[in-house]
Amino acid sequence: MNLVLETKNINKHFLKPKDFHVLKDISFGVEAGEFVSIMGKSGSGKSTLLYILSTMDTDYTGELFLNNTLITGQKHQELSRIRNKHIGFVFQFHYLLSEFSVLENVMLPAKKLAEKSVAEIEHDAMEKLIMLDIEKLAHQRASRISGGEKQRVAIARALINNPSILMGDEPTGNLDSHNSENVFSIFKRLKEEEGLSLLIVTHDEDFAKRTDRIIQMEDGRVLD
Amino acid sequence: MINWKVILNIAKTHLLTKMKSTVTASLGVTFGIGAYITLVSFMTGLNEMLDSLILNQTPHIHIYNEIEPSEKQPIALYQEFEDAFNVVSSIKPKQSQKKIHNGLPILNYLKNDKNVYGATPQLRAQIFYLSGSIELGGNLLGVDIMEEARISNIGDYIIQGTPEDLKNSENGILLGAGLAKKMSLKEGDRVQISTIRGDVFPLKIVGIYQSGIAEIDNIQSYANLKTVQRILGEAKNYVTDINVKLNDIEAATAMAKGLEKQFQVKATSINEANAQFETGSNIRNLITYAVSITLLIVAGFGIYNILNMLIYEKMKDIAILKATGFSGTDVQLIFMSQAMIIGTVGGILGLAVGFVLSKLIDNVAFETEALPTITTYPINYNVWYYIIGISFALISTFVAGWLPSNKAKRIDPVRIIRGT
Ligand SMILES: Nc1ncnc2c1ncn2[C@@H]1O[C@H](COP(=O)(O)OP(=O)(O)OP(=O)(O)O)[C@@H](O)[C@H]1O
Ligand SMILES: [Mg+2]
Repeated sequence: MNLVLETKNINKHFLKPKDFHVLKDISFGVEAGEFVSIMGKSGSGKSTLLYILSTMDTDYTGELFLNNTLITGQKHQELSRIRNKHIGFVFQFHYLLSEFSVLENVMLPAKKLAEKSVAEIEHDAMEKLIMLDIEKLAHQRASRISGGEKQRVAIARALINNPSILMGDEPTGNLDSHNSENVFSIFKRLKEEEGLSLLIVTHDEDFAKRTDRIIQMEDGRVLD
Repeated sequence: MINWKVILNIAKTHLLTKMKSTVTASLGVTFGIGAYITLVSFMTGLNEMLDSLILNQTPHIHIYNEIEPSEKQPIALYQEFEDAFNVVSSIKPKQSQKKIHNGLPILNYLKNDKNVYGATPQLRAQIFYLSGSIELGGNLLGVDIMEEARISNIGDYIIQGTPEDLKNSENGILLGAGLAKKMSLKEGDRVQISTIRGDVFPLKIVGIYQSGIAEIDNIQSYANLKTVQRILGEAKNYVTDINVKLNDIEAATAMAKGLEKQFQVKATSINEANAQFETGSNIRNLITYAVSITLLIVAGFGIYNILNMLIYEKMKDIAILKATGFSGTDVQLIFMSQAMIIGTVGGILGLAVGFVLSKLIDNVAFETEALPTITTYPINYNVWYYIIGISFALISTFVAGWLPSNKAKRIDPVRIIRGT
């Protein structure tokens, strides 16, 4: 069994406005090539957990492993690098740099990683856009495309460095059923064709049912 | 590892899409630096002009014989009154001449000193200018005119005739402009002068001298040293003043002290004579820098404000950059580069504006009788002001950019993404 992502007894408190134990002894793992969804009531701590898993939030106790290396306690500089290389993140709201073109948005994380030449990066980015069927928009400004299109650009950006795992916080939450379905099939295809691991928070029962495994959360705990 | 290409590309995009703010911020710097360059070039140009005016008109060391009472009155020599309390009333100066005792040896000594650029003897005589029945009191200065012209800029003030004309004439005089006007005399005319003792001499006007200072032009004229010695009936070694110009003006004070001791004469250096003048220059410099620094600080606040605004607008972008793997340092560098680009562009434009304004001022006519060689406002084109200007632009934009960019560095992406 090869775990891409593993957590051991993760606990988190919010101290303001008053002490609130938001995550309680979270321990689970995601296997390579596994498509996992997280469900739970609003306020159960799903987003909070995802921010910790994505290494953006470091204010917690417990241990987080990525590809069997301990991430917890690493320096900020190193966490940025890990996030850049190994983790793709898709938000509920399609966060794109509105002043850049679609293509530039997709290329940016790869330029930051700087493992390939600009020409190669551009080639890769175009491939991702073709895969997501938005290659026609490549040179549009990111602020001038529709919501569903933006979400697909965000997915392309999350994939550009061929990450170990793709995380999404309600990536279909803002989309109509048609676009939702579209995004799901993209995820499914990535898992099947490229062996990508996915960890997706969702409120959509139909979406969750079709994933490999559902993690249920309640009041900051993972239910078995 | 810092990926400058990506960082600069993002910075550039931000600046270009916020053209208005970018231009405003850059113009702030341009204005500050331009004003600094113009002010400092003009002010130091003026200072330098005034300095050189004084420096050229005042000898570095002026040697003369001061008439003063004897320090030891004769009664002190009497042994009988040694322990007594002596009162001498109505003390008069010791009988002596204005002449410098050993003028020629001093002159020779000075001319052999390698620190001395030149030394000229002068003979200052009280005379009357006779014009019909009117007698005008005044001075006649006997000089070695060619040496005088070499070490001072007296040549600039001879508005008619030349130093050579005076040198070549036995009875020539360079008449003060005010005197010439009063007596309706011009070059080529003759003027009668009379000594205090009453001897009358006719002199030929070979030129007109105008210092621009009415009090001098109304009483003073120049003639050859020999001529004045002859008029006074004095020997060839009779001189009342020696003016010395040094190679290094800084040595003046020490040398003046040495000369006083060595030759028992009075020697004043230019530094003593113009102590007040220095204060004036310093205050003008102080004002220049105070105004420039104020302008630059205002420009700095402009940059600070605009970057702060930009960072506030770009919160979401900062969160995205951090979420996709840019580190806090990367984000800080993005905003610092924006500040530095604004500083560099604004600063270089400021230097250009300052240069053009200086050039304009340099071409504005400025004529005054006191400064016959100056026709336009003086400007000091010193490269150092430009180096200081651009450094100041870069330093102030660096400081103005540091605080906001540091804030951007520490922005927590989770908080932005959560929307709180
Ligand atoms: N910065 C914060 N300070 C204090 N409490 C917080 C903060 N952020 C979130 N919380 C609380 O933590 C709990 C979990 O929040 P979280 O956003 O993780 O929920 P969620 O499961 O993602 O809900 P949703 O399904 O509505 O997105 C909530 O009760 C919320 O009020
Ligand atoms: Mg949430």
